Amino acid sequence: MSNLLDLLIAGLATGAIYAIVAVGFTLLWQTSQTINFAQGEFVMLPAFLMLAVMHAGAPFWLAILIGIALSLLLLGLGFKMLLVDPMLRHGVLPLAIATMALAIGIKEAAKQFWSAEASPFPSIIPGGDITIFGRVVALQSIGVLVLAILAVLGLTTLLNRTSIGHQMQAAAQNPTVARIIGVPVERMILLTFLINAFLVALASLLITPIYLAKFSNGEVLGQAAFIAAIVGGFNQVRGAIAGGLLIGVVDNLSAAYVSTQYRAAVPLVLLIAIILFRPQGMLGRPEERTV
Amino acid sequence: MKPVFLASALLATVLTGAAIAQAGAPIKLANVAELSGGGATVGTNWKNGIDLAIEEINSKGGVLGRKLEVTHADSQSNPGVARAQVQKALDAEPYVLLGPGYSGSVKVTAPLAAEAGIAQIMGGEAAELTTAGNKFLFRTSFGQQSSMPKVAKYINDELKAKSVAIVWVNNDFGKGGRDSISKEFAKYNIKVAADLSTEAGQADFAADVSKIKAAAPDAVFVYVNEEESARILKELKRQGVTVPLVGETTLVGQKVVELAGDAANGARGHVGLTTDAPVELIKAFRDKFVKKYNYVPDHNGLKGWLAIYMIKATTEKMGKVDSKGFADALHGFTITAAKEPGILMDATFDANGDIDRQGFLVEIVEGKQVVKQVLPKLGN
Repeated sequence: MSNLLDLLIAGLATGAIYAIVAVGFTLLWQTSQTINFAQGEFVMLPAFLMLAVMHAGAPFWLAILIGIALSLLLLGLGFKMLLVDPMLRHGVLPLAIATMALAIGIKEAAKQFWSAEASPFPSIIPGGDITIFGRVVALQSIGVLVLAILAVLGLTTLLNRTSIGHQMQAAAQNPTVARIIGVPVERMILLTFLINAFLVALASLLITPIYLAKFSNGEVLGQAAFIAAIVGGFNQVRGAIAGGLLIGVVDNLSAAYVSTQYRAAVPLVLLIAIILFRPQGMLGRPEERTV
Repeated sequence: MKPVFLASALLATVLTGAAIAQAGAPIKLANVAELSGGGATVGTNWKNGIDLAIEEINSKGGVLGRKLEVTHADSQSNPGVARAQVQKALDAEPYVLLGPGYSGSVKVTAPLAAEAGIAQIMGGEAAELTTAGNKFLFRTSFGQQSSMPKVAKYINDELKAKSVAIVWVNNDFGKGGRDSISKEFAKYNIKVAADLSTEAGQADFAADVSKIKAAAPDAVFVYVNEEESARILKELKRQGVTVPLVGETTLVGQKVVELAGDAANGARGHVGLTTDAPVELIKAFRDKFVKKYNYVPDHNGLKGWLAIYMIKATTEKMGKVDSKGFADALHGFTITAAKEPGILMDATFDANGDIDRQGFLVEIVEGKQVVKQVLPKLGN
């Protein structure tokens, strides 16, 4: 039982990071029908940007700020203007393929510019342990979980409780009507891209101290977050959150109680089951499209 | 008469020129290593060690008056890619093939080199590599059959452990190590409290460490690659595992210490090669490497360096650059550091291509490898 608690906390901490990345997937899909297969690489890159700033002599806190700013510029504004806008007019599929190419490009560029080797990355959460229900739990797990929850709460508050959030939802649900009632749809879509860039930078900051900074990190993260978004529901932010947490926990529990050798297969089995029996995901809305 | 004389003179000139060109032509070597992917640390160190040794040898006039020249190819840490790269390298008819470093890649490429009759000097450590009767394969470090008995003896004699958790990576290297150490534990009646297979490139070890905690062993034997070693050391520290952590070179290498930080402190292991060894020639190598590359190499840097000096010593022993005779000349050959300082420590190569030389038991103390024990060369 005590073992189970450790596994749950560790799984939730990892799952919370998947959730942040998965939320980005759903936001981009809802506002601009962008399936971003480079989302994993988007998480990998900010850590390298921060490391580059640190190598230039800046302190860690400044590197974080500059790294986030560069992420907003490159992965938010740059991604939308240079890739999504020109490609989207050709349809969803060409854009999805373009993001796959972008993923390869970012990965190879990171390998060439930095190194193929992993690098250590500092943690914003101090080391040490705290006691919960008589169990010693790493502060890092709790810190990651708390920061991820705060980010998600902040996002849901923005979407549900503010005028900008309502405009973003209107732009996502029906852009034509939103334009008629005066919602600046293009600006709202850009804002979504910037929010996604911020979320991936945050995920990068939280996961890289554990995974180490490596050019190939995006492969694992992108796949996990994509599965999380599908399992939870690609068209619902709350679905992506639930999917992320579920994948993190299932991964850890399956490694502990099923088999460490087949741990990677369990989330995929879950994905297949969801596609077969509830294609809209656990919390997603069924969508019908004309052919 | 005159035309015949002129033709003879011309022919003699051409033949002499060709002979001179052959004598002065560079000796071509081919290296196939893990320059990207999960084994990038291994391959990059190996490559840098090779380049450094070649630079030094060439600056002193080369081997038998001929310069060494190497081509590097990336296996991407993938056995399939390694096989294709080795085939391509062999098509260029190198004098000797260098690499790969991963046992799985060595396993699939060794038959190609053997078929071509080209000696292959590699970095793999899986026990099975040199037990298949391949007469062209040579190690640069101990095989698992040499190192695991020493590790098991240390765990039994020094740590007095009665139960051990084994964490291994699910590839040829990991499986070979796990099988070898399990056999040795059985000899000492040491119980395997947990037998945990992990994946190459695995990032999250929370569940594995949780299982270790539940098994409550007296010690943990960790046999995964460098980056995964760093990750599991961090997780072991995070979850408060305090029993001794024992492994091989991949647990206590420089890269692991750099990546794991404080979490590496206290890790112990048997290393065949370490730049912290109390050997003057190794210290000199380390200084040269740091001067050129600005970082401290792990054992793979030493392996790459040694591979080149094995080639130099063997070629000088033969007195000629003979690709086909190279393997025969290296079998049973003892290279002494007194005669060839580049070999760093006296080394003997047996009929299987296995190496015998002294080894070390080390512990990570405050981020540095500290040699606790020197294990002598078995034969003399």
